[in-house]
Amino acid sequence: MLRYALNRLLSTIPVLWIAVTACFFILRLAPGGPFDGERQLPQRIKDNLAAHYNLDKPIVEQYFIYVGNVLKGDLGPSFINQDFNVAEQLAIGLPYTIILGSVAFILAIAIGILAGVMGALYRNRHPDYVLGLIILTGLVIPNFLVAPILQLVFGLKLEWLPVGGWGDGSISFLVLPVVVLALPHIARISRLMRGALIEVLNSNYIRTARSKGYSSSRVIIKHALKPALMPVVSYLGPAAGFLLTGSLVVETIFGLPGIGRYFINAALNRDYGMVLGTVIFYMVLIVTLNLIVDIVYAWLDPRVRTQ
Amino acid sequence: MRKITLSSLLLLCCSLSIPAFSATINIHNGGDPTSLDPHKLSGDWENRIAGDIFEGLVTEDIGAQAIPGQAESWTISDDGLVYTFTLRDGITWSDGKAITADDFVFSFQRLMDPATAAEYAYLQYPIKNAEAINSGENTDIASLGVRAVDEKTLEITLEQPTPYFIGALTHYTAYAIPKHVIDAHGDDWVKVENIATNGPYKPSEWVPGSHVTTVKNEAHYDAANTKLDGAKFFVLEDQSAALKRYRAGEFDILTDFPTDQYEWMEENLPGQAHVAPFAGLYYYVINNKKPPFDNPNVRKALSMSINREVIGPQILGTGEIPAYSWVPPGMANYGEPATVDWKDMPYGEKVETAKKLLEEAGFNSDNPLELQLRYNTNENHKRIAVAVAAMWKPLGVEVELYNTETKVHYDELQKGIVDVGRAGWLADYNDADNFLKLLKSTVQFNYGRYANADFDALLDKANVTTDAAARADLLRQAEEIALSESASIPIYYYLSRNVVSPKVSGFEDNAFDIHRTRWLDLAE
Amino acid sequence: MSATMQLPTEGRSLLQNALMRLRANKGAMVSLFVLTLLILAAFIGPYFIPFNYQDPDWAAFRTPPSLSSGHYFGTDQNGRDLLARTLYGTRVSLIVALVATIVAIIIGVSFGAIAGYFGGRLDQAMMRFVDIIYALPYILFVILLMVVFGRNVYLLFAAIGALEWLTMARIVRGQTLSIKQREFIEAARAAGVKPLTIVFRHIVPNLIGPVVIYAALTVPEIVATESFLSYLGFGVQEPLTSLGTLIAEGGKVMEVLPWLLWFPATFLVVMLLCMLFIGDGLRDAFDTREHMPK
Repeated sequence: MLRYALNRLLSTIPVLWIAVTACFFILRLAPGGPFDGERQLPQRIKDNLAAHYNLDKPIVEQYFIYVGNVLKGDLGPSFINQDFNVAEQLAIGLPYTIILGSVAFILAIAIGILAGVMGALYRNRHPDYVLGLIILTGLVIPNFLVAPILQLVFGLKLEWLPVGGWGDGSISFLVLPVVVLALPHIARISRLMRGALIEVLNSNYIRTARSKGYSSSRVIIKHALKPALMPVVSYLGPAAGFLLTGSLVVETIFGLPGIGRYFINAALNRDYGMVLGTVIFYMVLIVTLNLIVDIVYAWLDPRVRTQ
Repeated sequence: MRKITLSSLLLLCCSLSIPAFSATINIHNGGDPTSLDPHKLSGDWENRIAGDIFEGLVTEDIGAQAIPGQAESWTISDDGLVYTFTLRDGITWSDGKAITADDFVFSFQRLMDPATAAEYAYLQYPIKNAEAINSGENTDIASLGVRAVDEKTLEITLEQPTPYFIGALTHYTAYAIPKHVIDAHGDDWVKVENIATNGPYKPSEWVPGSHVTTVKNEAHYDAANTKLDGAKFFVLEDQSAALKRYRAGEFDILTDFPTDQYEWMEENLPGQAHVAPFAGLYYYVINNKKPPFDNPNVRKALSMSINREVIGPQILGTGEIPAYSWVPPGMANYGEPATVDWKDMPYGEKVETAKKLLEEAGFNSDNPLELQLRYNTNENHKRIAVAVAAMWKPLGVEVELYNTETKVHYDELQKGIVDVGRAGWLADYNDADNFLKLLKSTVQFNYGRYANADFDALLDKANVTTDAAARADLLRQAEEIALSESASIPIYYYLSRNVVSPKVSGFEDNAFDIHRTRWLDLAE
Repeated sequence: MSATMQLPTEGRSLLQNALMRLRANKGAMVSLFVLTLLILAAFIGPYFIPFNYQDPDWAAFRTPPSLSSGHYFGTDQNGRDLLARTLYGTRVSLIVALVATIVAIIIGVSFGAIAGYFGGRLDQAMMRFVDIIYALPYILFVILLMVVFGRNVYLLFAAIGALEWLTMARIVRGQTLSIKQREFIEAARAAGVKPLTIVFRHIVPNLIGPVVIYAALTVPEIVATESFLSYLGFGVQEPLTSLGTLIAEGGKVMEVLPWLLWFPATFLVVMLLCMLFIGDGLRDAFDTREHMPK
């Protein structure tokens, strides 16, 4: 298993390299440069800036300079937040994104699985319908709409929670952003879980187990839950990525610092260094999570492991 | 990866537990500042922070008028070319080191040094040799017209008399920056832990994407009269979310608000929304080089048929004033700007005239005028573009709306590939020249590529004329030429939009929308 | 017991049975009816209202819904009729969602099933390819495309559809890995059926459950992505609109001009709920084992 993991980890290096290269050149193809703005700079000053950041060199040379620096661990300067280089900004934003993302992730998995199991057990009865309706609502309302509604209700009308910001970092500031972030994933996970569990419960071996007289809860916990988790686990790798993109909206509306927000601002402002930095970070994270998911998947289904 | 995460988490926990100041004002500041280095800034949100922590020879009073800053007084030579400043007694940086005339010499030289690549260096081009040095033609930085006569006396020599120069010195490009810190830390001088400042405040924390916190600088000469202990400038692009946080008491001042909410605020938060004339022009660039827009009558038809009276009150909702001139009203040394001759024509007649003009230019229902109207991503820009497209439709003009983000938009305006595109200009200094320059053929910001030799000659002549009335007259003649040829399409004059909590005192609306924290106070 | 084994060879009767069960599902049938109404309204409705989606009514800016003015849904800040815009927006959202979902299903199912069935190096290579595209930050990728090639609806389809298939492929592969261990696949293999035939005749039909569920999840996903892009300012160009764009705009004024939010939001929610119910109904209908005698 360790060898398998190591092997996969090593094989992600070319993936990273290809993706960074693609992004590097796509970015340079895009119209607009980091120094175009509401007030145009005189060409001479633009040239000065370009020279300062090596942007006046041939693009291939820029590319090799960049890759060389990355290999040395230097992600380069940021054009937009000039007082911090890319690595420093990532270090500042990372904790916020990670806290938000992981709390939302855990919440989504816990509530999602629970709701899914409930739905499957009470299939087509009242609890299932009520849960289903709540879950569907979470699924169909976009997060940039849920966020202001929650702000309005819990922040302004009820005055239970702060409307935005990180404040002193207490839990109360986390509640709304985490809920907004987790909501669609709770919905998706519970639906996947419900569907898969129903399927498993109807499968032959569960029928067999039941017919042998095992109690129903024992059947579910011992035999049905594990296989039913497979589609959910499949979903978790990408879900982690979606949490990051979701954080773009959440961080923007709640005014939180974080990688998602840095990333979108950098892309809109042609902050090449910052875009590539976030891309690299993001890819490492997603590749790692997918790897973990694969390992868990193999653990859940021994047949996959023996392949 | 895991190690980094854990240590950053610990760091975060430490940095979060900063004790709250009782008299710290919370300001919604919009965008993320590029830097705290005044030579690297370009936006009004950056100015708000930089102007609180740094100060130049001259600074702004409560109404954004120039008053003595680090200099206590100055004299101007009779030919208007040599300014001699005397620094205040006993002024020091926040780290206690004395501020001398050499600090200013260093600051101006660094500003003009091509290696600094200061975006706004051109604002101080009136200084002798500044432009030549900044462009690299003159490599002798010491030849810049800024000289320390002694520790407390600074002499600035200009290229030519410039009536607005004292005003330009309030700009952040003219702030003093600490040479001793830059010598010690290089590029890292601007980090919060290294920086020394000479303004009423100094930065104490900066979390990119979240906020910049400042605390009172006790070394500032006016510290005794500075009421607030500090300010927190928040980064938040979403204006609706910002307004909600204001209503929840999380912000004391909003520096912009969604125009749709104006009526609601007037009813529910009376007196808190401040809408005031702002020295700026919202206009449409029209490509003077590309047929058929090279025909002044086509440009005139397009300009005439825009119903400007509808835009401010109806489409935006904050009542922006329709613009029929190129220079906004109220600029210093200028008087009333010139206006287009069709300004007071009834709208119906304007549309008829415009139709005729287009027909004469060869456009009709069989051969409609097709154009692309470009704007950068913004709710208000979009709405105005949609309305203008609808106003042009009865003339038989077929408009394709095209929206790009700001960087791309300006890049394309710059390249001259846009038919008609949205632009705006806010006064850098209080002078009509700042606006008229935008139509000068040699100026890079002339996106529409308008070129008229007479116009250029009048501007050049005005800039060497010392008599204020004669100068204003020359500038107005230039404005009239540009308007008669419909060089560009003025739409409305900007309004500043602030929301100020009743707890805040010392906030005075002004045409430059500059409200320094040192004048503010917060009641509990 | 033998029902499972006969499934793949009895495609037609399977479909007939499924449709019969679907017809018995009231929720799904009501949803189907409502969705049909919505689709008709979106495509035919605009011909029956006196306003179009792009021309302002200069006498009516930001007016609330009213029967007397003829603006049943009110008007927006540009004086445009919201009913006309909502119907038009529904049309755009429907087209984007359906085209993108179909693209995602076709690519995702073929890709995932082939990778899962053949396994080994082919599987590894194919899934590595999926990893590569996964690892590209999805939104940036779309944003860059929109920026580099200008923004238009077709590009939106392509970009979203071509990215949504990734998850589909992973899920299908996962399911295929399990299904191919089953007895009837081994039987087919033993009987000498060609591998590709096994994939498309025997495995793909058994994937209908997860595929339908995931497709039902993908549609709101796509509508959400489209509206998310609109929120960031990368949606369709004015004067075109979509439900996502309308909601993103309406959300900003939900207290002062509430109709600008609630009408399009209701349309979107109803549309998505219907799609989800139909999806669930389809899944139940295709889930044959449940209907076997106990």
